[in-house]
Amino acid sequence: MMKNVILVRCGEIILKGLNRPVFESKLISNMKKSLYGLGKIDVIKSQSRIYIEPQDGNYDFETAMNRLSKVFGIVSVSPVWKIDTDFETIKEHALKMVGDLVDRMGYKTFKVETKRGNKRFPMESPEISRELGAHILNNFHSLSVDVNNPDFILYVEVRESSYIYSEIIPANGGMPLGTNGKAMLLLSGGIDSPVAGWMIAKRGVELEAVHFYSYPYTSERAKEKVIELTRILSAYCSEIKLHVVPFTEFQLEINEKCPQDEMTIIMRRAMMMIAEKIAEKSGALALITGESVGQVASQTLHSLAATNAVVHMPVFRPLIGMDKNEVIDIARKIDTFETSILPYEDCCTVFVAKHPKTKPQIKRIEQSESKLDWDTLMNNAIENTEVLTITPNKS
Amino acid sequence: MQREIYLDNSATTRPYDAVIDYINDINRETYGNASSLHTKGIEAEKIIKAARQKIADTMKVDSKEIIFTSGGTESNNLAILGYLEANPRKGKHIITSSIEHPSVLEVFKYLQGKGYKVDFINVNQEGIIQIEELRQKITKETALISIMLVNNEIGSIQPLEDIVRARNELNREAVLHVDAVQAYGKIAILPKKSGIEMLTVSSHKIHGPKGVGALYVDKNIRIKPVLHGGGQESLLRSGTENVPGIGGFGMSAEMIHISREESYQRMENLRNLFIDSLNKRLDRFTIISPEHALPYILNISFGDLRSEVLLHHLEEKGIFVSTGSACSSRKSIHSHVLKAIGIKSCDIEGAIRFSFSAFNTEQEIIDTVETMKEIVPKISVTRKGR
Repeated sequence: MMKNVILVRCGEIILKGLNRPVFESKLISNMKKSLYGLGKIDVIKSQSRIYIEPQDGNYDFETAMNRLSKVFGIVSVSPVWKIDTDFETIKEHALKMVGDLVDRMGYKTFKVETKRGNKRFPMESPEISRELGAHILNNFHSLSVDVNNPDFILYVEVRESSYIYSEIIPANGGMPLGTNGKAMLLLSGGIDSPVAGWMIAKRGVELEAVHFYSYPYTSERAKEKVIELTRILSAYCSEIKLHVVPFTEFQLEINEKCPQDEMTIIMRRAMMMIAEKIAEKSGALALITGESVGQVASQTLHSLAATNAVVHMPVFRPLIGMDKNEVIDIARKIDTFETSILPYEDCCTVFVAKHPKTKPQIKRIEQSESKLDWDTLMNNAIENTEVLTITPNKS
Repeated sequence: MQREIYLDNSATTRPYDAVIDYINDINRETYGNASSLHTKGIEAEKIIKAARQKIADTMKVDSKEIIFTSGGTESNNLAILGYLEANPRKGKHIITSSIEHPSVLEVFKYLQGKGYKVDFINVNQEGIIQIEELRQKITKETALISIMLVNNEIGSIQPLEDIVRARNELNREAVLHVDAVQAYGKIAILPKKSGIEMLTVSSHKIHGPKGVGALYVDKNIRIKPVLHGGGQESLLRSGTENVPGIGGFGMSAEMIHISREESYQRMENLRNLFIDSLNKRLDRFTIISPEHALPYILNISFGDLRSEVLLHHLEEKGIFVSTGSACSSRKSIHSHVLKAIGIKSCDIEGAIRFSFSAFNTEQEIIDTVETMKEIVPKISVTRKGR
């Protein structure tokens, strides 16, 4: 009997020692969560692999594999035929699969690769490959073998049951989400911050996000855009709490009472402090920003030091040594780029000086800040923060 | 519910309640395909026929001269591309103004790339095209002239008589297409009497549904279709007819014309009230719309504050307007119309368009000015900084 299943390959968690079951069970629960709503499945663990067997014949494999490819901790997935471990059965199904590939893709060359996990099976791996290859050649005269650069590889795995497949869909690797605590992402709506969040989430860190909103100085669309970016990220994280902080009052005060060339730096210090406060309340242990050295005036080393000085939590800046192009490549890969470049973010540059300070002196900045009723402004912003729970689009 | 003062009627209008009900009725009862041979089809066809007659009546033309389209953009494209396609021997020169809607400007730029000689006539500070310049440009090679009757951003009204006279004296063969999207239902337009060969109108600017428009084409003028297919609309616009949309368009066209003159008078009063109240309440603003503009459109610049900031502050108070420039953190996209009439770029950045409709009341105007009196000084502060 043949069954369609999904083969999931796990990454570095298999290198873990005694705590491996913790990571494994987290990964499986994340997988189940991502497949929720597609139908009943059985999950079978076997060494470094996990097999997903739908109980229902009409299972939507394409959607399932697309969702799984976004689950951190998975290296790749394959649509696989599960069959009985019996060489005649293997031969019969191999022909069927190859026939389909030749018709659909027009492939001309191939090779067979075999793994034999079941050592009781009477043939050895090279023998299985050889015999199967010969059987395929006899039946498809348009095909020839090419061991170096074949159009497709037919994989055969002989275990308790046997599995044949040819397609391998790469996933992102990383660690299962939720195995490494939680961090708070400062999400602006630009290209960088979603990428920074994604990179940390990939290491198994759960995300919450904070966005500073300057309505009515920016458009309602700016907020919709950040929600949309959070939604794209949530496809990797199952859900993300987004804290939308009303920041207008704070900005107006800074604008009125502080020197214009210090505005940006003071604003960023305020954002870091507010983000840390919200992080503490939600149990996050670190902050994440999309900063990269030297990209803009507020990201010189002097400025980074000045913004870093106001918080105690570790601040993760995964993009710190990356060029813009490298960041854009990842943004495209994770699907945030198109949304990030929509023009609504920090629209109307009223709050940005033409020539902001690139070498701020902390003493002078602190002096300017002392003119503000810092605590009241912070508390107002935090108290009026709107918390949205964002989940992925179901597709 | 928060109050809602809608002053963005040049962008689109709220449909008449009667039109909404009529469209719903058609969707529910008369859902047939107007090309079907059975009763359901004939009922749908009747709706289109009646609507076509109503629209023809508003401009005193023959109903056979009305082609339904998906809106102003399609009508403009069909008029320009369709005419040139059907009349390749009439010359390779076309003329328009520098303040047209993108659905004309972009078609002209496209044709420029295809080898047409294209002239964009300049406008004066009042947003009126330079008739002398037009006269110099019209030659025997001129195939088509396309001019908008009322400008959508500032409301300037083009002197049709002068344009037609220039055309008649210099090249009677050149056809005149008029984009009347902002003018229709507000001022009288009689293409036959005026000497216009093609005229674009749109439904959603006159309290009708979105996605419907029409093109008037004089029966002596031949055009070719842009969309090919089942041959609806006398072979000129293929695609299953948007029966509910067309029905709704017909009804709104009829309704707006019943009270057209009275509405015009009311809009003049509203606009004057608006300007008078602003003069009393605020000191620094410049009226960009010319004095003799259509009273439905009033463009004002608040100079040193950015229009989008003001827009969002007004929005917060339930007042909806439009800006003369869209700004993003990277660059400001300034209105080509305001540039063309010589507005300084700092004034463009502060430009707001208020556009009125018969739904607006004096009280709304007073409330808007009161709200602006609160907001404007508050957000002007934000640019001091130092």
